[in-house]
Amino acid sequence: MPTMNLIQAIRSGLEVMLERDPNVCVFGEDVGYFGGVFRATQGLQQQFGTRRVFDTPLAEGGIIAAAIGMGLNGLRPVPEIQFADYMYPAFDQITNELAKLRYRSGGEWTAPLTIRTPCGGGIRGGLFHSQSPEAYYTHTPGLCVVMPSNPFDAKGLLVSSIECDDPVIFFEPKRLYRGPFDGQLERVPPWRDQPSAEVPEGHYRVPLGKASIVRPGEEVTIIAWGTMVHVAQAAIEDAGIDAELIDLRTLIPLDLATITASVEKTGHCVVVHEAPRTSGFGAEIVALIQQHCFYSLEAPIERVTGWDTPFPHAQEWQYMPSRARIAQAVGRSLAA
Amino acid sequence: MDDSSTSPLVGKPHPAACYAGMVSLRDPLPLELHVPSPPHRPGDTPQFTPFAEQPGDLPRPDTLAPFESLRDHATSLIRVLDDQSVAAGEWNPQLTPQQLRHGLEMMLRVRHFDARLIAMQRQGRVSFHVTSRGEEASAVAGAMAYAHRDILFPSYRQPGLMLVRGMPILAMMCQIIGNHFDHTNGRQMPVHYSWRAGNVVSISSPVGTQWPQAVGAAMAFAYRGERHVVGVWSGDGTAAQGDFHHALNFASVYRPPCVLHVVDNQWAISTHRALATGGRTFAGRADAYNLPGLRVDGNDFLAVYAAEQWAIERARRGGGPSLIELVTYRCEAHSTSDDTSQYRANGEPACWPGGDPIERLKQHLVGLGEWCDESHALLNTALEQEASATFEHAETYGSLANPSEMLPITMFEDVYVRTPDHLQRQFEELQAESAENDSIPPTLPFAKPQQRAVG
Repeated sequence: MPTMNLIQAIRSGLEVMLERDPNVCVFGEDVGYFGGVFRATQGLQQQFGTRRVFDTPLAEGGIIAAAIGMGLNGLRPVPEIQFADYMYPAFDQITNELAKLRYRSGGEWTAPLTIRTPCGGGIRGGLFHSQSPEAYYTHTPGLCVVMPSNPFDAKGLLVSSIECDDPVIFFEPKRLYRGPFDGQLERVPPWRDQPSAEVPEGHYRVPLGKASIVRPGEEVTIIAWGTMVHVAQAAIEDAGIDAELIDLRTLIPLDLATITASVEKTGHCVVVHEAPRTSGFGAEIVALIQQHCFYSLEAPIERVTGWDTPFPHAQEWQYMPSRARIAQAVGRSLAA
Repeated sequence: MDDSSTSPLVGKPHPAACYAGMVSLRDPLPLELHVPSPPHRPGDTPQFTPFAEQPGDLPRPDTLAPFESLRDHATSLIRVLDDQSVAAGEWNPQLTPQQLRHGLEMMLRVRHFDARLIAMQRQGRVSFHVTSRGEEASAVAGAMAYAHRDILFPSYRQPGLMLVRGMPILAMMCQIIGNHFDHTNGRQMPVHYSWRAGNVVSISSPVGTQWPQAVGAAMAFAYRGERHVVGVWSGDGTAAQGDFHHALNFASVYRPPCVLHVVDNQWAISTHRALATGGRTFAGRADAYNLPGLRVDGNDFLAVYAAEQWAIERARRGGGPSLIELVTYRCEAHSTSDDTSQYRANGEPACWPGGDPIERLKQHLVGLGEWCDESHALLNTALEQEASATFEHAETYGSLANPSEMLPITMFEDVYVRTPDHLQRQFEELQAESAENDSIPPTLPFAKPQQRAVG
């Protein structure tokens, strides 16, 4: 089986879906001839032509609005927004139009978009190339929200997202594109040493709404998604604790059963995300756990998150949740 | 959906009532998705048509002339320097030799500033840079036409605006490194300057967002009856954004004193200008908003200055906004993260018909007997040394290899006017966690944390 990094896996997922479904089309800023600033669409225009894979003007609101029109008229568009930080010109189109189209038309009209966008920090991107805005979209009924953490999941989740008849916001943690991230700034270990980099060339699905247990454990449950899955894994190894690590993979739909089964077993829980803390998706998870697992909890649920500030450039490594901060939160939970 | 459309409650469509289907189509063209492409791709031998327009082709109307009298200016090209770098025509701004030499020096300073930072990026001493090589005139000549009290909104490709207004190169380089001498505290990526003292508004990465803000800033001048002007700059790619059109419409409706600039450098990363507009010119859009549009040879220092001066005077006299299109060429990649060989023909920069703005102004000055090759070589050396020495100096305040640790509290400041309780608690959380972790020093070795107060 070939090994792929996360970008190659995304590209492979797009290729498979372009092959299978003539209604799938891929477009966005620099995605056509150039193949995308992160190379996720490299060679696809040459392979499928400018009708299926094409460049757009620099207008995120226009890209998503046009995609909605194409989607409600029978196509299955997969637009790319170059950075998640640049999605806001399309916010009205996504939250008011796309998310509510099925509801407001009594199910008559829908636009099955998959909006791909790189997210997250760790690349010295500063305020406008580092954001993790998933909570804006989990807060909008009508959208599915997906964030893979490895190449195998990325492709399988992308295929499921494109096949999904509901709109999907598909976040790609850009720090993971070329290698997993263990919390060390300068190190980019290659994907090829990871089992999750073995990616089938053909069609397969990773279902939406099913979390993955990255590492089973008995002492504490750590819940993470995207880049933080890898930082949490490194923290677990540092601390030598028997933690159960859950990678949510999709935030909406949420796999509550996997979460509650784990917390009922361990009685301790730490939620980790890169996004700012206040109203982050971690707050939703914490609320659900206290409602469903109240009598199993042996300690307050800890959150390790980005701070409630814009994402800084020079102080990136004091902003992003570190292995040390995760290990300390686990320590507090176990000591409680 | 099929079931509901046949339900008597929902009703059935009446195709026969839609008459279009009954008429046969005369001489149809092929119907397909049109996706524009640039004139050349890698492997092509690039060739541009030389500018047909010459200096003197276009009159220079009074600055309060009705916008209709400038329709030709929006579709033609305002030039002052001809192909031999001789100035001619009504648009010649008649600058003094001293002003011309100042412009030449500033453009060269920008070029050496960019070149030094590109070199430093390649050595890993800078994480990222965006150059303006080949486009220096559009920013330098533009900035020289403004007054200090005017407010400027540059994009990340106009370092010339900051340099002309007097922002120290040292301050710009410290911002690029992101060390503790950066007065914006390392918050932004390189080249996203902010300089309140020079009335330059903080640069934002999302493109076009600042266009309607610039119009709003001009509305504030109009609101107070102050004869100051606001300038905003962006590339051709930005002209596709909704914000571009918001700006033009607000400018058209409220007529505040502002000048809007599209620096048409042909490329937005890999996106050719043909994707930013289905039309030929950007300045031509002004007409639909009842505004004057001026299309200018952006590598002609004198033409840029003249058009800028015209539009600024119009705004200051109460004549309202103008849209200026500066026709130029992006000689380098979009940024140090970009690779042009993937999408554009190699020889394109060298055969741009607008030539090189520095070379053209130099030739003009030499022709006037006000400059010579020896002076130029001396200036070149001096500015190269200035850029190189200033970078070394900037690194003494903290380099990428040997960063100056910023106070952790810096990260939590300026989110609000006063740091609120929840951020104060998060700061304390970071301090407590850092104290347990040796790898992150909690404070600077050369500054005491109590020197900075929270709240």
